[in-house]
Amino acid sequence: MAGASPLERIWPVIALWALLLVIVALAELFGGGILNRVVTDALVKVVVVVGLYIFVGNSGVMSFGSISFMAIGAYASVWQTCCPKLKPINMSGLPDFLRYNTFDLFPSAVSSVVFATILAAIIGFPIMRLSGIAASIATFAVLAIVNVVYGNWDRVTLGTNSVVGIPRYVDMWVALGCAAITIAAAYAYQCSRSGRSLRAARQDEVAAKAVGVNVPRERLIAWTISAAFIGLGGVLYAHNIGVITINNFYLDMTFITLAMLVIGGMKSLAGAVIGVVALATLQELLRQVELGFVVGGLSIKSPPGVQEVVIGIVMLLILVLRPGGLTGGREFSWPSPKRRPRS
Amino acid sequence: MITLLQNFIDAVSLGSLYALTALGVGLLFGVLRLINFAHANFITIGAYAIIVPSTNAIATLYIGAWHWAVMSTAVVVIVVALAVVTEFIVFRPLRRADPPTLLVASFALAYALQYITLLIYDGRPKAVDIGSNLAEQVMVGELRIPKLEILTIAVTLALIVSLALFLKRTRYGIQIRAAAEDFRMARLLGVRANTVIAVAFALSGVLAAAVSLLFLARTGMLAPRMGLPLVLIAFVATVIGGMGSLVGAAVGGFVVGFASVVLQVVLPVEIRQFRDAFVYLLVIAILLWRPAGLIQVRAITERV
Repeated sequence: MAGASPLERIWPVIALWALLLVIVALAELFGGGILNRVVTDALVKVVVVVGLYIFVGNSGVMSFGSISFMAIGAYASVWQTCCPKLKPINMSGLPDFLRYNTFDLFPSAVSSVVFATILAAIIGFPIMRLSGIAASIATFAVLAIVNVVYGNWDRVTLGTNSVVGIPRYVDMWVALGCAAITIAAAYAYQCSRSGRSLRAARQDEVAAKAVGVNVPRERLIAWTISAAFIGLGGVLYAHNIGVITINNFYLDMTFITLAMLVIGGMKSLAGAVIGVVALATLQELLRQVELGFVVGGLSIKSPPGVQEVVIGIVMLLILVLRPGGLTGGREFSWPSPKRRPRS
Repeated sequence: MITLLQNFIDAVSLGSLYALTALGVGLLFGVLRLINFAHANFITIGAYAIIVPSTNAIATLYIGAWHWAVMSTAVVVIVVALAVVTEFIVFRPLRRADPPTLLVASFALAYALQYITLLIYDGRPKAVDIGSNLAEQVMVGELRIPKLEILTIAVTLALIVSLALFLKRTRYGIQIRAAAEDFRMARLLGVRANTVIAVAFALSGVLAAAVSLLFLARTGMLAPRMGLPLVLIAFVATVIGGMGSLVGAAVGGFVVGFASVVLQVVLPVEIRQFRDAFVYLLVIAILLWRPAGLIQVRAITERV
């Protein structure tokens, strides 16, 4: 990209910001409360999926464990901000400073993200030394461990019961701001030295090693940054919905976020964002069908569960028919008449 | 001494279930480099196959009411058919895809199949009564051994021996091993890819069906996600055994089974509910020590 103007260089980010801004503006102008919530949910997913993309997209290693950091971030924030009456009684396992104190929202969000990041760095250290497929399975072990621990640690997490009454401060604009920051960070990472080394290793690990790329190290960097944003996604999720349980952050969430990434195209940042927009739209349409609607006097209603089956099938179709995803691994490039070769 | 033996038998029987599941997963990984999440659905659907399809809370046995030999055969046929059909519909079009794509495809397939099961049978767990006479115990000296544990171990032994004979002696078995070693070379020498892969799927279907019935007899409960914990364990078992090695998969299964029982016994009561977390931690520890697994396969490391 030598010789490109600064605007041209950051265009992929600007274009995605613009896309999300237009969606939010339209929802603000024409939508009611329901549309607002759908868009907010989708923007939280953008944070998570772009976070996931930072690792999966750049390294080419599938991660089934990243959603753990969503849980870790969410619970960490809940411990700090939620339920001053409930905590001393029901969460007796918490350390006293958390049990008897409630902290401000913003510093809590920051410390929760930091907590998720530190854990990710520790967990990632052994796992990132493994080869691709074995690493994927090991990330699964991480998901299982976090699920078992949080699901059984009754005195700290209330086990599999829901934690309710979490302060809800995440509206559409907060979510948009966080999504914008995540997108910018993801782009900055993928253009950095580490990001480029990792992408080289994704294409050809042996060749990358031969030119001196320390693959486990670059993977660990990407994994840790990725977990930070997924942790942020968890914080936003908790303070958007207001209710969490550990099973929100298990296989279904893993599947949906991976589906978004794969459907959009896991090799580009644009793919991650487009995937969320496309799949969130599809989900909402299917939800409408599930609620039932009337066409020409005929009422149509699908039983619950059809939504998930359709999404699974759509994902399989994309994998077979368009393995690169909707964007085919391309970014939004500067609209210029002469086509420059993709890097 | 008696409790030690008792625990040992528990460990062998639990390890047997894990090993059978891990073999089914490992077989496909060897040939296709596919980690098959849908194996969980093969197990689940095999178990559900014995009742009349409905969303009622009370399960009515259909196939499950037949004579055990006929029932087992029917379940095997159903699961094998399911395995071969998914191969044909989903994995055949993805023949040229890379392993991460296959992994995601099987995840998507598993998700779709799980919700199809949910649509047909409803999500609530259902109690079924098969093989309740297997809960009886056999006294060997002072040892009390439930018949089910003996059956589990015997079936596993029989299946492992026949699988080994199949892979060593028969034409398709040899072709499968050749394909696992070097697929392209095998094809150049006249091995038909589609046949070999279909046979591998069928075999993994047989193994899944056996696990369905043995696991169902153990729990007595049908649930749409019942196969999942077994398959998650099987995944880590294949990884610690050494990806691509069938012996490794079986060994990995038994290792995890033993580790689970040992942890169950030695962990203090207050942290016993975290047992599975320790099992997975152990897996990560083994991988730190031997990143390529206990039994390393040369064919799996990429050559330049």
